[in-house]
Amino acid sequence: MRLQQRKTNSKSRRFLVNRMPDLTQLTISEALTGLRSRDFSSQELTAAYIQRIEELDPKIHAFITLTPELAFEKAGIADQMLAAEDRELPPLLGLPIAVKDVLCLANVRCTCGSKILENFIPPYTASSVSRLLDAGVVPLGKTNTDEFAMGSSTENSAYGPTRNPWNFEHVPGGSSGGSAAAVAGGMAPAALGTDTGGSVRQPCAFCGTTGIKPTYGRVSRYGLIAYGSSLDTAGVIARNAADTALLFQHMAGFDPLDATSVNTPVPTYQLPDSPDLHGLRIGVPDEYFLQGIQPEVESFVKAAVTQLESQGAVPVPISLPYTEYALPVYYIIAPAEASANLARYDGVRFGPRLGTEEGLQEMFKQTRGQLFGSEVKRRIMLGTYALSAGYYEAFYGKAQKVRTLIKEDFIRAFEDVDVIAAPVAPTTAFKFGQHSDDPLAMYLEDIFTLPANLAGIPGLAFPVGYDKNGLPIGMQLMAPPFKEDLLFRVGHAYQLATEWHNKKPSLPTMDNQLK
Amino acid sequence: MRLSYEEVEHIAELARLNLTEDEKRKFAEQLSDILDYASRLDSLDTSHIPPTASVLDIYLRLREDESQPGLSRDQVLENAPATKENQFKVPPVFGE
Repeated sequence: MRLQQRKTNSKSRRFLVNRMPDLTQLTISEALTGLRSRDFSSQELTAAYIQRIEELDPKIHAFITLTPELAFEKAGIADQMLAAEDRELPPLLGLPIAVKDVLCLANVRCTCGSKILENFIPPYTASSVSRLLDAGVVPLGKTNTDEFAMGSSTENSAYGPTRNPWNFEHVPGGSSGGSAAAVAGGMAPAALGTDTGGSVRQPCAFCGTTGIKPTYGRVSRYGLIAYGSSLDTAGVIARNAADTALLFQHMAGFDPLDATSVNTPVPTYQLPDSPDLHGLRIGVPDEYFLQGIQPEVESFVKAAVTQLESQGAVPVPISLPYTEYALPVYYIIAPAEASANLARYDGVRFGPRLGTEEGLQEMFKQTRGQLFGSEVKRRIMLGTYALSAGYYEAFYGKAQKVRTLIKEDFIRAFEDVDVIAAPVAPTTAFKFGQHSDDPLAMYLEDIFTLPANLAGIPGLAFPVGYDKNGLPIGMQLMAPPFKEDLLFRVGHAYQLATEWHNKKPSLPTMDNQLK
Repeated sequence: MRLSYEEVEHIAELARLNLTEDEKRKFAEQLSDILDYASRLDSLDTSHIPPTASVLDIYLRLREDESQPGLSRDQVLENAPATKENQFKVPPVFGE
């Protein structure tokens, strides 16, 4: 870290602030160390991020709502606590983060990327967010998402798409594309995302960030606005595995407010000091290296496995034979659950309402018909059909049974290996509009991320290379339930030995601006 | 598996979605393609496979029957587009 020594004299301190290196480039552990030793204040750190957002976000559009007043209020409180020095301080005190706009933050608008919630101000905070607020974080704002987290590109956001910081003509991935772009663009050191079918991992792959999709039940879903309740998880996107683990530590854990929260202790995530991986068995599934996958994705992911092998790990060829069925199973189960969850948007308790003159039923239909976007309506229709009389057993019932087979694939595989390595997505970030009007082609982008959601297992995505156009390539490691600690250890060991995660898109930096 | 325009209208009615003519035509085609793709599940024999509704071994978690703080009435109502006398107000339900 290049920070200069702390000066006590206020004049020299002001001088120091002006000469300070770009605070937005610090890792989370560097930022926390700097805050603790009072090299800079939380308000200065927050101001640096807000300034960067003001400069960059008009081009990237990672945020739907910014919360600078709330951020400076929290940062001011953090600075007072840091100055007092005489008590035990919350572990993430003064650290700014961004929050995906499907996780509720009390008294801040939460849109879910939808017109139907354009004026919704939740009166409560999601448990995943409130745990981090208790740990001292400073919320910078709410990030863009495909409407109700349904999509793989942020093109389904009612507030306009987010641009990929690596190339503005390409999508950032989705649905947590705003969070991944905010982190990749240096507008937040970390951001919360959600992953129902790949929505943390795929944008991480497209934006060159690191992110965790946790075990189902590991992080509370209370205050995560529901899409597919048996699949929804809340995770973290950051610049590397160590930062991801640092945040995830304070987000995970049992919550009585979520009926599917699992009461299993959260271990203290210990990261290795050395890249040594001796004894680790890495499963490499044939089914994830299909024909049609972008050749560079295949070669860089295989090179990453070779890299892990050079650190002592043992690659083991494995088979997950039901992989190809994950897509049809997911696109029956998730829309079915969505059609039930989204029934609540009827113009009665929240959101705008339309068609009131024509009676209650017309109000429901017009409000929903006009304020939901195409993809949301498509999935509600699909789910309604799959659950309707005469088709329930053929579609929903069948999909639930094949889900069992997919879950058993992983149980069998983890008898022989510790983790499974695979590409996150078959291609690097695609261009805007490439899949518009062909929903099935868009769904195919999710083929490698869906199985982990159906099986409920954790996955860590991180960059392992760049294609010839300079776009990031992501690999995911999957582990048995509640083995996030193993994913963080392997991811960190890989990042100790490699530099991919340190590569940054060429965007204006504040260092440049100050010259 | 092809969905007709009329079937799409029926599903939209069940889902309480007002769709335009254009949307109905488009959805008939797109949903048919997706259901066609999904029909590959039919090739699997699942007659002896139990369904997975949740990856967790769901159990009913009980707690002591004690009152706990919740949202105030004002908080519950503050996002509603119309309220009257501390209740959600909707258009007439009867006589439609």
